Amino acid sequence: MRDESTFKVKAGLAEMLKGGVIMDVIDQEQARIAEAAGACAVMALERVPSDIRRDGGVARMSDPEMIQSIQQSVTIPVMAKARIGHFAEAGVLEALEVDYIDESEVLTPADEANHIDKWSYKVPFVCGATNLGEALRRIGEGAAMIRSKGEAGTGDIVEAVRHLRTINGEIKRLGGLSEAEIATAAKEHAAPLELVRAVALSGRLPVVMFCAGGIATPADASLVMQLGAEGVFVGSGIFKSAEPEARAAAIVEATTHYDVPERVLRASEGLGAAMDSIESRKLEESELLSNRGW
Amino acid sequence: MSGLPSPGATGEQISVGVLALQGDFEAHRAVLERLGVSVREVRVPADLERLDGLVIPGGESTTITLGIERESLAEPLRAFHRAGKPIFGTCAGLIMLDRDHLGLIDIRAERNAFGRQVRSFEAPLEIGLAGGPVEAIFIRAPWIAEHGPNVEILGQVDGHGVAAREGSVLVVAFHPELGDDDRVHALFLQGVRDARLAAA
Repeated sequence: MRDESTFKVKAGLAEMLKGGVIMDVIDQEQARIAEAAGACAVMALERVPSDIRRDGGVARMSDPEMIQSIQQSVTIPVMAKARIGHFAEAGVLEALEVDYIDESEVLTPADEANHIDKWSYKVPFVCGATNLGEALRRIGEGAAMIRSKGEAGTGDIVEAVRHLRTINGEIKRLGGLSEAEIATAAKEHAAPLELVRAVALSGRLPVVMFCAGGIATPADASLVMQLGAEGVFVGSGIFKSAEPEARAAAIVEATTHYDVPERVLRASEGLGAAMDSIESRKLEESELLSNRGW
Repeated sequence: MSGLPSPGATGEQISVGVLALQGDFEAHRAVLERLGVSVREVRVPADLERLDGLVIPGGESTTITLGIERESLAEPLRAFHRAGKPIFGTCAGLIMLDRDHLGLIDIRAERNAFGRQVRSFEAPLEIGLAGGPVEAIFIRAPWIAEHGPNVEILGQVDGHGVAAREGSVLVVAFHPELGDDDRVHALFLQGVRDARLAAA
């Protein structure tokens, strides 16, 4: 009588995260700070994206012991990242019983042709997307939550804005298409027809969409929420800033009151320096993370 | 699944708030609007004015607890309850209403009682509503570990209470807002209409 891990249950957890901030943390202390600041979940990883960028080398799934130590230190959901296409890492994360697996372009891809078949896991997956077709392909593979990719580890919001505007613009343009035009649109987006049809009818993605990649300030969070994100991931933006506790709480506050400038102002005051940033336009093609995955 | 509620006794539209600090408040809004009531998102104390009832949605109870603190909402929420206005909590909302939090229903919630996300599930659940069991979706759900004598347990899973009522407060550990079955919300709205009649 009891059905565990149905798609409703997987996509439902993302519904519970809405309006919240998911924070990258690398140890128990950061996890506790994130929870105390009001994070709705944490992403356990060994290096935040800005360090992955700096250090280079292959970025892999985090040490299971480190993920477990974080699971033991907080009661909010704990997510962890697997490399694109690395279904064995996903298997390990499922065995660890993480609450969500992020098949993430921030790690070095393990398969250049195939993403993970996410239907075959009990743990739900979140995946990045830069456009509607990419989002629907991931959902077609079983993703229960989408995040716009942005350009992780830069502190530059411009790519996040581009991806959100692209996805939402493409959703809007599906509205009002005839059945024949929907079939053509599915071909153009290289996405499953039934998902394209569902989006055309409902005017929204069939799962929750957060924004990631480049959020460094409360105003950044407000911006992407106003552009239609349903919550935010903050990676390097918090623990690479001068005062992580204050900035974490401020981004939570600005995400709740994203459409009230006076509250975003109040949240923005007295936070010290933001993370060191990189203008994403200055990055070489080979340094871009958002190009990974297809 | 249920008929549209008629307008309130005074002829005015029923107005229900949904606490919107974090969580699936939009899903609740959709169900309530489907049932024909006017809905307002509540983020600060002033948003509670002139509401007839309030929903505390699912979400992360830690995040919502901190939000209530930050917005100084605890006392206004208790005053709302003292005024006899019905409150309905789902999942994290059940936790927020228990003894250890707002203290508006005499239960103690056990958080994440069923385990991590891999133990989340859906199942038909009998809670005594006309039309048979509801399709209940449990996500990292709590259960009711203890309750006082005035609490009526409406439904159980594995011998633990997952739906309960005391006076004007209704709580469920699952998510009726994520399905198509509006009967639990209709039950809450019946209470809202009755409370308004009683106050009129």
